[in-house]
Amino acid sequence: MAYTGQHVTSIRTYVTVFLCLMALTALTVWVAFMDLGFMNTIVAMTIAVIKALLVVLIFMHLKDNPKVLWIAAGGAAVWLAIMMSFTLADYLTRPASYLGGW
Amino acid sequence: MSEAHSNNLAHHFETMEQQKQASSLGMWLFLVQEVMFFGGLFLGYVVYRSMYHDAFIAGSHLLNVKLGAFNTVVLIGSSLTIAFSVRAGQLGRNRQILGWLAATLVLGAVFLGVKGVEYAHKYHEHLMPGPHFHYDAAQHSAGAHVDTEAVDPHKVELFVSFYFAMTGLHATHMIIGIGLIVWLMVKAARRRFSSDYYAPVEVFGLYWHFVDIVWIFLFPLLYLIGRH
Repeated sequence: MAYTGQHVTSIRTYVTVFLCLMALTALTVWVAFMDLGFMNTIVAMTIAVIKALLVVLIFMHLKDNPKVLWIAAGGAAVWLAIMMSFTLADYLTRPASYLGGW
Repeated sequence: MSEAHSNNLAHHFETMEQQKQASSLGMWLFLVQEVMFFGGLFLGYVVYRSMYHDAFIAGSHLLNVKLGAFNTVVLIGSSLTIAFSVRAGQLGRNRQILGWLAATLVLGAVFLGVKGVEYAHKYHEHLMPGPHFHYDAAQHSAGAHVDTEAVDPHKVELFVSFYFAMTGLHATHMIIGIGLIVWLMVKAARRRFSSDYYAPVEVFGLYWHFVDIVWIFLFPLLYLIGRH
């Protein structure tokens, strides 16, 4: 893919993304006060990941950038996932008395 | 090639385009290590929350959801204004760059001001970690769905320590960011940017958006997931 550094995102797109982020913020606050058990954490983190993707892809222009930046951004996600999953594979498989729940 | 004569082109680059790609890649790589930097704190928070669930629920009731939500709106708003500033850079409009930088500066200052109010409240309530930390379940965690009387105050103190470490590191990034905004505003006021050369605004935008993303995760983790 050719480098498209001069690609100018329209104001309408930026404002639409901003309004989506506002709506998702309202949604996550609203859901937080409903008792969904451990699903509260899952829903909150899913919404946060969607918000982060909107910021990365549109506001940070990753969508229109060369693949080398995708490798950098993807690398951060992969290494973070390795750190989180390997550590939790230890802690979450310990005896129940060790854990307090979610 | 007229751009080869640009004063803004460093001698080790062939073209402005190549220079701009290099600056973007450099900032992205910096942000990758920032993800690791914050990632350690997030991991620690997740592990301790799984171990001391009730105490962390009690702890999240110490925080003010309204102020946290307000700050989320303010910070995402500042992401929009800095995106507009970068857009003005692409179009080579120095006055617009300056104006949107100023708007970002104001929103960043509002965020830090609210954070200051929250920190001051914790201080007056004796909720700063340390020898004067005093947790009163009935007073501080009313409405929590766990038995807050039964939790160990030291584990609530651990939650508060994570709160201050994570939001404090985040606020430090914002203070550095505000310093950089001032520097960029001076350059924009001197009409230093053009559609060929606005990389400083662009890479600062990446940094500011990253700080926004960190808050997008901090807000639910610290303020929200224990509230129901």
